[in-house]
Amino acid sequence: MIIASLEIPKEDFEAQTGWVLKPEGACKGDRCVPLPALDPAAKTVDIRLLSAALGMPIVENARLGLYAVGPESGGPLLAGAECPDITLPDLDGNEVSISSFRGRKVVIVSWASW
Amino acid sequence: MDTQGPDTARPWIEAAKPSHPSLIDRAHQLGAKLGINNVPMSAWIDEDGILVRLGDAAFTRESPMKKMEITDDIPEPLRVVLTEAKKIQTDHEAYLGALRDWATKGADSQFALTPAEVLDRAGGRDFDTAKAAACFELGQHLYRGGNESEAIPYWRDAHRLDPSNWTYKRQAWSIADPNQGPTEHYEGNWIDDVKKQGGGESYYPLFEA
Repeated sequence: MIIASLEIPKEDFEAQTGWVLKPEGACKGDRCVPLPALDPAAKTVDIRLLSAALGMPIVENARLGLYAVGPESGGPLLAGAECPDITLPDLDGNEVSISSFRGRKVVIVSWASW
Repeated sequence: MDTQGPDTARPWIEAAKPSHPSLIDRAHQLGAKLGINNVPMSAWIDEDGILVRLGDAAFTRESPMKKMEITDDIPEPLRVVLTEAKKIQTDHEAYLGALRDWATKGADSQFALTPAEVLDRAGGRDFDTAKAAACFELGQHLYRGGNESEAIPYWRDAHRLDPSNWTYKRQAWSIADPNQGPTEHYEGNWIDDVKKQGGGESYYPLFEA
């Protein structure tokens, strides 16, 4: 996640990370991490607070005032065996979601020009 | 998986004329979400959207490089790379057989893993691996914004923090040098890193039922 401020709207954090901010903490799948310092009424979150609680590294580019926030760490890569939502464009820019193939078997094969 | 986007992927896809969708993963989502860290690697998903296999080397035929003739007129650095590439084991028969078995039998296939086995195979993510992902993403963001020289230190950090991730390395090396050879920008390169790992023979893991 690339951000230009360490204070971001809650819904942006949730949309970009898959974590949902609830009264009991940050939750993904069956896992919930308590966030006692989080103000449940606030519309924004301090990414440093979430970074510390979830093990999300923050990498800065000071010249451009940009931050990259890494994924959570210290736990499993996958929250469950359900395939995470993956939506990618084809060559013509049409967005295709892997979930649109429900009802059929799907094989994803990575490839690259390099 | 290609930071350089659809125009770089287009000639390959148009030449292959696939009947299946070919999607452009410019941000390497497959790496971040499924832990795919080389090409070709696969994920099998059942009719309910459940992962039943993850992280296999997904060759369905022998690599054409296996039978390639390496002639003396090929420049030395490239000849060394091709000689190592020729040693790569693909285990394509085992993989294709397993894929056909699952396509026919579904959950009854011996190759369909349980959810617990899939999660075990996906493994965990430590702080360094997560930081490598952040470094790689910031490097991509800078590269796409035209700041290639500023991307390089972040990509170098990603390589140091997650040395087993071939997509981080090969993506960055290939932008600096299409042959992924030694450059002033990166500590590693394809041939040296493959040899460090044990050579072309062990570059891809063999298929495990």
